[in-house]
Amino acid sequence: MKAPKFSYTRANSVDHALELLDKHGEDARILAGGQSLMPTLNMRLSQPEILIDINRLDDLKGIRMDGDTVCIGALTRHVEVMNSDIVAEHLPLIAEAMPHVAHVAVRNRGTIGGSVALADPAAEMPACILALGATLVVQSSSGKREIPAEEFFHGLYETARAENELLVELRIPSQKKENVSVFLELARRHGDFAIVGIAAYGRVLGDTIEDMRLVYFASEDKPTIGENAIAALNGNSWSEDTKEAVTAALENDLEPMANLHGSSAMKLHLQKVLTGRAMDAAIARAGGAT
Amino acid sequence: MSEEMVTVNMTVNGEQVTKTIPVRTHLVDFIRTELGFTGSHLGCEHGICGACSVRVDGDVVRGCLMLAAQADGCEVLTIEGITDTGEIADLQDKFVERNALQCGFCTPGMLMTAAELLAQKSEMNRQDIREFMSGNYCRCTGYHAIVDAIESINNERLKG
Repeated sequence: MKAPKFSYTRANSVDHALELLDKHGEDARILAGGQSLMPTLNMRLSQPEILIDINRLDDLKGIRMDGDTVCIGALTRHVEVMNSDIVAEHLPLIAEAMPHVAHVAVRNRGTIGGSVALADPAAEMPACILALGATLVVQSSSGKREIPAEEFFHGLYETARAENELLVELRIPSQKKENVSVFLELARRHGDFAIVGIAAYGRVLGDTIEDMRLVYFASEDKPTIGENAIAALNGNSWSEDTKEAVTAALENDLEPMANLHGSSAMKLHLQKVLTGRAMDAAIARAGGAT
Repeated sequence: MSEEMVTVNMTVNGEQVTKTIPVRTHLVDFIRTELGFTGSHLGCEHGICGACSVRVDGDVVRGCLMLAAQADGCEVLTIEGITDTGEIADLQDKFVERNALQCGFCTPGMLMTAAELLAQKSEMNRQDIREFMSGNYCRCTGYHAIVDAIESINNERLKG
């Protein structure tokens, strides 16, 4: 289908974009990579009055180190994150997840900030930055504020970003060398929306899981930390008994939304399977026995 | 709401074009209906099938997920353009030789994506090729012959 009528303005500076957001409020949509917005327009699932195109705001692009923090401009495209040496070295979780983000042509346009700001429950980047404890920088005409990833995702496509704010930067703590991370996702076709997925980050000593965070996506209405599963996991050596306790505890964390990909029960089962595989991989990566 | 218009300038297949179009026109509608290059196809029009793949400033993109207004000032190449330059003439011959198409609807998009794969000049096994090409649907071939064609050209080119 064809998109409905709308007005289009190309922002020529961040201030210009913020001014437009102040003026149009909820009638405006930010056009970043457009890889999710354009399909919803073409299918007429949304009908904004105005698109504010931020694609030429070079201030919002790029990846740099600030001490032990990797700072990624919100408008940095997936392909740049995927090919970044900084990301490969300091954020192996994101490097591992990136090939799962859609397909080549979509990664060439789509942006990491767009993915996070949209908060699609099946998206990879929100889960990764939650696992890594990132901070999100949003800006409005009255200034900037920082929001921890734990407080950013409120629900289905809902975030802590206000209507007059623009996500400008992701600040992600560099992964600690003594920690390990694992990203796993199940999808029907490589690059398609996840059926279920997990992002895990934490500390493993020998066979003992010391301090692990498990984040589940594509099952709840937002990326979700498996608090009960983590409580059953941390401080224990990885064994069949631990796996059983963790996956049983996971039932108290997740109540997956059924969709085209499967029922709630099937998704819960698959998240348990991924949890086991992720911890097997974590132990192996930490150099322990499997 | 009235139809908002915008004037865009861009280079399409080496030719400078200037047109005034509705802002909501996506890039492939612009290329097909305003410029008459009908090699880029529209399948799903929501970014799933890959038939509309075109190259913008050197990168393959979904032509249905980008507004023509966003390509203002850009260099756009379609299947007609890269056919003229001969960049993938060997791959096109190989598609014919290996029966890598039947109805041909997906072929321009397949070739545009495969051109980016070949440009990487890296060794790829069949699984790598399948993953790289996974954003392009074909409903005729079952993909095997497409992977055959891309694999043999990638290997031939790497051997030099």
